[in-house]
Amino acid sequence: MDQAARNRGTAQPEAVPGEITILGLHKAYESRKSRFEALRDIRLTVGGNEFLTILGPSGCGKSTLLRIVAGLEDASSGTVLLDGEEVIGPGADRGMVFQGYTLFPWLTVRENIEYGLKLRGVPILDRRGVSSYLLRVIKLEAFDKAYPKQLSGGMKQRVAIARALANRPKVLLMDEPFGALDAQTKLEMQEMLLDVWEKEKTTVLFITHDIDEAIFLSQRIVVMGAGPGRILKEFQVRLPAERTPEVRERPEFLALKRELAQLLKH
Amino acid sequence: MHPPKRRKPPRFQIYKDIGNKPYAITAGLSFVFLLAVWSLLSYTEAVNPVFLPQPQRVLMELIRQLGSAEYWNHIGISVFRVSAGFALACLIGIPIGILAGTFKFGEALVEPPMEFIRYMPAVAFIPLIMVWAGIGEWAKILLIFIGCFFQLVLMVADNTRRVSQDLLHASFTLGAGRWKAIETVIIPAIQPQLMNTMRLILGWAWTYLVVAELVAVSSGLGFAIMKAQRFLNTEQIFVGIIVIGLLGLISDRIFAFLNRRLFPWA
Ligand SMILES: Nc1ncnc2c1ncn2[C@@H]1O[C@H](COP(=O)(O)OP(=O)(O)O)[C@@H](O)[C@H]1O
Ligand SMILES: [Mg+2]
Repeated sequence: MDQAARNRGTAQPEAVPGEITILGLHKAYESRKSRFEALRDIRLTVGGNEFLTILGPSGCGKSTLLRIVAGLEDASSGTVLLDGEEVIGPGADRGMVFQGYTLFPWLTVRENIEYGLKLRGVPILDRRGVSSYLLRVIKLEAFDKAYPKQLSGGMKQRVAIARALANRPKVLLMDEPFGALDAQTKLEMQEMLLDVWEKEKTTVLFITHDIDEAIFLSQRIVVMGAGPGRILKEFQVRLPAERTPEVRERPEFLALKRELAQLLKH
Repeated sequence: MHPPKRRKPPRFQIYKDIGNKPYAITAGLSFVFLLAVWSLLSYTEAVNPVFLPQPQRVLMELIRQLGSAEYWNHIGISVFRVSAGFALACLIGIPIGILAGTFKFGEALVEPPMEFIRYMPAVAFIPLIMVWAGIGEWAKILLIFIGCFFQLVLMVADNTRRVSQDLLHASFTLGAGRWKAIETVIIPAIQPQLMNTMRLILGWAWTYLVVAELVAVSSGLGFAIMKAQRFLNTEQIFVGIIVIGLLGLISDRIFAFLNRRLFPWA
């Protein structure tokens, strides 16, 4: 490509970074005897800074899809692009929060948050700055020297989110991160997550089977069905950007909830 | 008035802690019980005193032996042999075990032959070792090494395979490559289990020591036992066994203490 063409390319309105494009993705698990089709022809674009939730019943392939986007697993065919570049293998540009607790038990809360920065050789003073800021965001300043075993489930997931964000990833992948928490903690965590998303400006690809959670958090919801795992339908969430607990009582919320419940029943 | 009904303090709850004091008392009682059975059998001469000496005579013998420089020499040389053989096995066995547990290639390379060798009794190697290493210090150390090494590699590989996949995946999504994941996840994660494995293997090292010292030696606790046997001096045999037991106990306690001090997070 010559210089002029490249300049023309950049002269176009710049897309917000952190855009995921999933093209014709298939995934089959094959063993000697059988072949199980986990994902069929998934096409999806998640815009930069968008909060998109994939909603679907257990076993429909949500985790498989997310692991492929994270690069932890290979697709059978199809590609995943991040800002136009093909994703090959896992990387710090796609942070992930898992359903199970995955904090490193031998590191303190602060050391867990700084893990990715330390890998990249960020000097200690800069690391301290980032971790102190994130500790404040997740409201766990008082626990910086605690070990994970001393934390409750909700606290652990808050640290896991902070640990992923410390790398300033373009995308945050979240696989039912609040699935194991009690109802009250779950609500608090959802509000905290929106707060963090507001501050950090990253793309969030969130997975859940909880309809309320999906509506409350997202700008857009993609519903998946099982057998084989595929995309059924897509919904724009027409709720105010500011999500206070009262949003849950709005007629739009309840209407969408009814529609999603209907769709998931089949 | 009736006193309020209380549940009986639970004593036989599955897995439940019973507190330090009841634990110590129970442990003490079980020693007392052993001693009581021993006393009963020996003081009533139900068993010929040549075979089972009286506790108080063994105690006298123990005090006499611990007062002699010669016996301390035996202890010293035995401790040296155990430490050398054990340390050598750890130095070579632990890295090999970690690689065998981490990479399937390593597993294929290392484990099948070791599974095979480990069923060969170390004692059967004695004649071979004498051919290889003569009857000097190295021969004893080599026997202890052989007794520990193969078992250690297999157990360390197993410890390594038990590291949670999720922790590894978390490190990948935080930017770790393969070698960094081994360094920052696998190695710290296995440490507490590794200490337990080493503790177990050290117990075996003491067993092999006695075997090693039964042939062609003129020093060490095993030799002292053999010499006592020649004179049918059962008191001295008992002393030898008790001293080895105590040394094993001390090394075991040191490991347990280190485990608690080094890994407060576990
Ligand atoms: N490694 C694997 N081998 C074979 N089948 C798998 C594997 N991983 C997942 N599956 C199957 O793929 C389907 C989708 O799994 P998953 O992505 O975990 O679903 P979800 O996260 O939506 O509950 C399930 O039926 C599961 O049994
Ligand atoms: Mg899942």
